[in-house]
Amino acid sequence: MCFSQTPEKKRWQQRWFCRYCRQRRRRAAPEGQRLTEGRICAVQGLCWASLGKMLTNISNVLRACAQRNGAAAVVSARTYADFTNEATFEIKKCDTFKLDEGPATQVVMTRDEGLQYYRTMQTMRRMELKADQLYKQKIIRGFCHLYDGQEACAVGIEAAINLSDHLITAYRAHGYTYTRGGTVKKIMAELTGRRGGIAKGKGGSMHMYCKHFYGGNGIVGAQVPLGAGVALACKYQGNSELCVCLYGDGAANQGQIFETYNMAALWKLPVIFICENNGYGMGTSVERAAASTDYFKRGEFIPGVRVDGMDVLCVREASRFAADYCRSGKGPILMELQTYRYHGHSMSDPGVSYRTREEIQEVRSKSDPISMLKDRMLSNNMASVEELKEIDVEVRKEIEDAAQFATTDPEPPLEDLCNHIFHNNPPLEVRGTNPWSKLKSVS
Amino acid sequence: MLPYSGSVSLVSSFLFPPLQFVPPPNRSDWLCVVTPSVRRVTRSSDWSKSRRFPTGLAHSPAEDSLKMAASLRCFLRSGKKAVSALGQREFHRSAPAAAQVTVRDALNQAMDEELERDERVFLLGEEVAQYDGAYKVSRGLWKKYGDKRIIDTPISEMGFAGIAVGAAMAGLRPICEFMTFNFSMQAIDQVINSAAKTCYMSAGLQAVPIVFRGPNGASAGVAAQHSQCFAAWYAHCPGLKVVSPWNSEDAKGLLKSSIRDDNPVVFLENELLYGVPFEMSEEAQSKDFTIPIGKAKVERAGSHITLVSHSRYVGHCLDAAAVLAKEGIECELKLSRSPLPVVVLQVINLRTIRPMDVESIEASVMKTNHLVTVEGGWPQFGVGAEICARIMEGSAFNYLDSPVTRVTGVDIPMPYAKILEDHSLPQIKDIIFSVKKTLNV
Repeated sequence: MCFSQTPEKKRWQQRWFCRYCRQRRRRAAPEGQRLTEGRICAVQGLCWASLGKMLTNISNVLRACAQRNGAAAVVSARTYADFTNEATFEIKKCDTFKLDEGPATQVVMTRDEGLQYYRTMQTMRRMELKADQLYKQKIIRGFCHLYDGQEACAVGIEAAINLSDHLITAYRAHGYTYTRGGTVKKIMAELTGRRGGIAKGKGGSMHMYCKHFYGGNGIVGAQVPLGAGVALACKYQGNSELCVCLYGDGAANQGQIFETYNMAALWKLPVIFICENNGYGMGTSVERAAASTDYFKRGEFIPGVRVDGMDVLCVREASRFAADYCRSGKGPILMELQTYRYHGHSMSDPGVSYRTREEIQEVRSKSDPISMLKDRMLSNNMASVEELKEIDVEVRKEIEDAAQFATTDPEPPLEDLCNHIFHNNPPLEVRGTNPWSKLKSVS
Repeated sequence: MLPYSGSVSLVSSFLFPPLQFVPPPNRSDWLCVVTPSVRRVTRSSDWSKSRRFPTGLAHSPAEDSLKMAASLRCFLRSGKKAVSALGQREFHRSAPAAAQVTVRDALNQAMDEELERDERVFLLGEEVAQYDGAYKVSRGLWKKYGDKRIIDTPISEMGFAGIAVGAAMAGLRPICEFMTFNFSMQAIDQVINSAAKTCYMSAGLQAVPIVFRGPNGASAGVAAQHSQCFAAWYAHCPGLKVVSPWNSEDAKGLLKSSIRDDNPVVFLENELLYGVPFEMSEEAQSKDFTIPIGKAKVERAGSHITLVSHSRYVGHCLDAAAVLAKEGIECELKLSRSPLPVVVLQVINLRTIRPMDVESIEASVMKTNHLVTVEGGWPQFGVGAEICARIMEGSAFNYLDSPVTRVTGVDIPMPYAKILEDHSLPQIKDIIFSVKKTLNV
């Protein structure tokens, strides 16, 4: 910024024009004196307004550089030292059935936990919205049951159990596949039916599997006995693992679920039955489908808890309570999570023929799980707006990359058609569509 | 070279010109066909030296003399070339250390050995533990292994079948018993959608090593809802293995293979065979005796017509072979030499319905040029229909001299009255009739 004694200076000194904005100003005092508006600095030849603009530009450039380089440099005035590390929150009291005490109403959440829950829920939300988009572009076909609105359930449950525990759910399974260890890339590639999918493109939306995650089950209610079976295996093997077995308010009326309640209670299996009550079984509201909508009482001889499923801390606390109950050998326990889905039952259901848009909008504005967590964290000074915005940006990028992979990855090879019918089996021949077509199958 | 009663052979050689000695038929109750007054006292296989009767009747000398008299009568009546000399003693073809074991005991042994061998194996079902099994197949197992491994369930087929499949997914190796396969219809969703399809849907990530077992098909006087054969239903679905043993060796070897298999296996037993003793070789009594799933067995060699069957009707086919032998359509054993033209029945015991050993059937058809399938299930879309289709599609079609004949149960729900029930299932005379029609004799 130094300049020599050039003829410009002379001219400049005569006319008092700002070097940056080329506007006429009154001459300012020399160095040492305050530069006020309307004056020009004698040393720098800049007016007040231009100085401000130049500083802003410099900071923008620096910020842009930092972002491009991937550095997490926060060019803001606030530092991490300013954030609260943990805070106590008051959550809604849960209704209980056949229990002396329920889950705690005062919970502690740390900043790291909060950021992790936020990131996970945001990822799930964006992933489902992306799936919606891809479905409308006909890149995803068949069934697509979206989970947005219910993120707090998946995140809260996973926060309370370990990866060594087991989980099984119904067809609205994308969120759980993610929390159980699946990557967004593999989930989206499975939705689009590509070879990079979590089930190599052979399962689709409803049949995704990971370690200790048994899907993804298409038959309503069939996963409940399966979950009790997994719990039986846990008890048999004597590890202190448990099984979380989820079903919906529609499935809660299935007979096999009551058979399972009976056997689980009889044999004291370490299973947590969770009814995700989102108010509608496909297009039928709970009032029209169930004689008793107190799903947490349906276990009759199994204790139950009714939980606000839109609050991730509430779900986490109740799941911790239930997990402790199971692990202490007392047998099964039932949880009803009152939650809401923004989309229809599946992509072929607009979701507004059996409920009003106002209702959906009301839930979105008042009880959205991500907004609630965000408000909590901001009001307790656990994170800044920019930080959360950054997480949003990163999540968006991750989803974009995954969608890109899911649309460009090739479909499974035709040689894979008959594979994996059996496990650990010598190769066998499979009849094709006509007698001359003999296809090979390997395990 | 074959043993026969000395006195009878003298008589026969006296009454008839010297003939080619044909060894006695494997079963001597071809008597039942020609002398219906002789009560059919056994349904067991041909190799049993001392026949034990399902009803517990002993083999008395009175019966022996009755049989001898009856056989003499038939020789005189037939006037044809001598059949076999009747012998009280039957031809022993087994090793000296063989034992008579009922199918029930063979299944019990198989489960006992597998429970001992692998900690992860356990049995669950209705009445399997303290009641010793509804048909006493799991007798003694609960006393030996306890509540943890032999589990009595409430009457909730869909529930406990699902629990068994879930346990298999989580690493155990359950044996899920259905009291009869008729009740498995309640749980068929868990068998097909949860067990059979999972390995494929997960691209091999999730295995389901489970065995569903129980009695299948018709029993005696249990009427329509308890008499259906599910072989065709389960064999229709990819992802399942369907096994249908006949004798004790089949039962033991196949059950052990099924339990050791990492895939869902539907093991179709037959209630009427539970109490029937069969000879088991010493090898079959060993703890590591297994029979590979997917391989059929030729029970009786032959060269003129092939009979393919599974489960109880293998016995019927062998009986039919014996009757035909008596009637002059003689059965040839590999060791004899005969100048006379003979019609020989080859009987194949399928053992496994899915995956079906079509190669054995084709090889046999290429040799014999005629095929008859025998089963207890209904004809439409049945096991026999599948065999017909496969033979037609394969290279063996060119070797057929006549269309394949199916002998099946009558296409009706099972009636209760004895005479109606008897006539709604394949009888030996139906098999013989079909064989003769197929051969055009």
